[in-house]
Amino acid sequence: MNKSMATISLLIIIGITLFMIKGDKEDILNQADKQLSGTINIDGSSTVYPITEAVAEEFHKKYPKVKVIVNYSGTGGGFKKFYNGETQINDASRPIKSKEETEIKKNKITYIELPVAYDGLSVVVNRKNPLFEDDNAYISTDELKKIWEPGSKVQFWSEVRDGWPKEKITLYGPGVASGTFDYFTKAINGKEQASRKDFSPNEDDNALVKGVTGNTYALGYFGYAYYIENKKLLRALPIKQGNHPAVPPTAITIEDGSYQPLSRPIFIYVNAEAAKDPALKTFVEFYLDNAATLSKEVGYVALPSQVYDLAKKRFSDSTTGSIYATGQKLPLEQLLKQ
Amino acid sequence: MSGNNIPYRRFKEKIFKGLCRLMTFSAILILGVLLYHIVSEGWERLSSDFFNNLPSRRPSQAGIKPALWGTIWLMGLTALFAIPLAVASALYLEEYAKKNKLNYWIDINIANLAGVPSIVYGMLGLLFFVRVLALGNSLLAGALTLTLLILPVIITSAREAIRAVPRGLRQASLALGASQWQTIWFHVLPASLPGILTGVILSLSRAIGETAPLIMVGAAMYIANVPEGPMDSYSALPMQIYDWSSRPQVEFHELAAAAIMALLGILLFMNGIAVWIRQHYQVKGK
Amino acid sequence: MTVYNASTKNWKEESIKKLLFLCAFLSILTTLGIIWILGSESFEFFKEISFSDFFGSEWSPLIQPQSFGVFPLVCGTLHIVVISSFFAIPVGLLSAIYLSEYASNRSRAMIKPTLEVLAGIPTIVYGYFALTFVTPLLQKIFPSMSVYNSLSASLVVGIMILPMVCSLCDDALRAVPSGLRQAGYAMGSTSTEVSLKITIPAALSGIVASFVLAFSRAIGETMIVALAAGSLPNLTTNPLESIQTMTAFIVETGKGDVAVGTVEYNSIFVVAGLLFLITLVINLIANLLLKKYREVYE
Repeated sequence: MNKSMATISLLIIIGITLFMIKGDKEDILNQADKQLSGTINIDGSSTVYPITEAVAEEFHKKYPKVKVIVNYSGTGGGFKKFYNGETQINDASRPIKSKEETEIKKNKITYIELPVAYDGLSVVVNRKNPLFEDDNAYISTDELKKIWEPGSKVQFWSEVRDGWPKEKITLYGPGVASGTFDYFTKAINGKEQASRKDFSPNEDDNALVKGVTGNTYALGYFGYAYYIENKKLLRALPIKQGNHPAVPPTAITIEDGSYQPLSRPIFIYVNAEAAKDPALKTFVEFYLDNAATLSKEVGYVALPSQVYDLAKKRFSDSTTGSIYATGQKLPLEQLLKQ
Repeated sequence: MSGNNIPYRRFKEKIFKGLCRLMTFSAILILGVLLYHIVSEGWERLSSDFFNNLPSRRPSQAGIKPALWGTIWLMGLTALFAIPLAVASALYLEEYAKKNKLNYWIDINIANLAGVPSIVYGMLGLLFFVRVLALGNSLLAGALTLTLLILPVIITSAREAIRAVPRGLRQASLALGASQWQTIWFHVLPASLPGILTGVILSLSRAIGETAPLIMVGAAMYIANVPEGPMDSYSALPMQIYDWSSRPQVEFHELAAAAIMALLGILLFMNGIAVWIRQHYQVKGK
Repeated sequence: MTVYNASTKNWKEESIKKLLFLCAFLSILTTLGIIWILGSESFEFFKEISFSDFFGSEWSPLIQPQSFGVFPLVCGTLHIVVISSFFAIPVGLLSAIYLSEYASNRSRAMIKPTLEVLAGIPTIVYGYFALTFVTPLLQKIFPSMSVYNSLSASLVVGIMILPMVCSLCDDALRAVPSGLRQAGYAMGSTSTEVSLKITIPAALSGIVASFVLAFSRAIGETMIVALAAGSLPNLTTNPLESIQTMTAFIVETGKGDVAVGTVEYNSIFVVAGLLFLITLVINLIANLLLKKYREVYE
């Protein structure tokens, strides 16, 4: 490296600095908004993160003095920080587990559980897959179970349904430590983490998309947002549960609950004590007010407006504890009403 | 001695020389392909807005300002801690340490630490810097964690560099009445500086791209503020790149590519300084 | 110029020496910290899982029925280390020879920093590069290759550690006193013979150090393998298949949904501990070999 290269590097950095001297744009706000200050730490699920980030982004425009810091170390890791008091909100792609409940009680922390959106888990195949080109094509939950259950020896499409060709099914799925995997296995195989072991998992959903698009007879499952972005190359299969008609995942079917059993609600857990702080209180209220529009923007599905109202009431009443504590299998709206 | 094998040996030399040349240019070719990949994806996204904006869910409005400044702060602090610590350790081990058991284990130890996956350093940083020392999710905790991560590499290459300084140089200095420390400071250190700098360059390069340990010690994926001091919360470019690469939308992948270019820019700058110093001392040494 | 009398000089020397010692000792403290973290959770793990179970051949901590045989993960790591080293070590060493022996000062001044930039590219970028560029390319040569495979990941890890090998070997080779080379030339040797028979043996310590560092880096690599090699624990010798390395397992599970205090959670620390031990053994072996073959020229 001689002087000319050093000069070029120097010019690069001067250029970058000049770009950055631009300065912030000032928004016109009322006095009260400008004064609200505080720090909010949020961690947890990478699934919920895009929504939380969008909320934080809009919130910052309105209340620039409140520092909102968001991270995603995973739902489990996030809960650990939550019950250590290091975060005030935990993003969760699943309800709290009993072991986590115990730890939270041990640390004398109380939480308010709030659903914020729906994620529709989509079962996808390659768009070129000839088995599903028909408008009436579907796959049933029983067939999915046959393919994915623990110890399953299914290798070819012909073993799944009569009349299908003897082509090898290449299976793709999310990493086994993810909430998505937990949810799918519970919904399809009846038990969390119960699955066949010989599929191709990948932590990164973009890599899963690559897997399915690279293979005509592949089958995979991942979040709705990743399907939507790659609609040209993928086909999401309508799911037939029992005697109900087959339902494809769309924003409407996920919101009105007809896309079952693979619609899952996603949550935020708020520290009840910390929620007394005006900054945090305003943030959570803002979150619930805006979750419907923002979740749509980032590829998720909004909850019905009644559910948001119930959630807002839950928050203003400071109702603690989980709606799943009774173990009942009811739709979200009814659980919230109890 | 049987016959004249000089033509054969010349031939061997031609092959060998050619092979070396081929290898070097293959390496450069691979770099070229990789860079082309990145630049073609990210070029469109580079703009003044990109450097000034906060991250956003809308690709057209998203920028890297907090992440960029976070990385600059982080690198500055890490270099500040790591370089003196590493050089001091290397000097001790090469110049002062006797060949006893303790020092043998320190040797093995350092080489071993270079292989520990970065996430374990993250765990260490979380436990010790964030919790025990109560530094919280601050730049300082992040910088100290990264320091621990890169120390072994700098120490190893510094040691090799110091070891390579001819003994004669030290003896001459001592013969003229200088103390051990004066010998080190005025003679050994300058002579080994180029080698030490190589280690510094390689390890800072590594540190700038690390994500996993930073996630563990609390670097934010999203933050709207630029850090103002070492105890502030922060984000960093590799976090932003990681976040954007994982999104489904193609626009975010382009943004990620642009952010990578920004990262490489900072890297080039840091390396530029170090390389200039190294070149300066190496020429002088010869 | 300050006058040093015997006592101030000694005091200053001694305190400097102690200060430097403390810095070196920091590395021991770091290791102790790591051993503490890994050891305490591993201890919990072995309360529930026996040693013989652990050294088994099926690794399935999160899919029921659970199984904690660690060999598939070790095998995965081995794939990466072996293939990446086979690539990076020869290419790195030969490039280093080119840079130190044959390249002009000018080209060396340009090439060396260029290669070092390779070291700064975040590993996730390499991961996507492996998945989107290298794998499709290799699939043309090996049609039976699956989308996630260890070959692409290993080659890209090799590319990542290449600058380390090259740069450090280059430094080591340059540090060999030119008198030795000159002596070789004076005796009529070609540059190849001088390089292979004189310079490399003289620089062996530095060269092996660079190999060990590169090896260690390859063992500890996470992102590239997680993306390109997949997450399927697989006991196989076929590089065209998907595998999971110890590091990928640690990061994926650590980042994921595992509740603290469970056996699955503790398994993260056990695997990290095993990794640590394996690296230690490799270092000890390298050290022993080095002692045997190193030549000192003073």
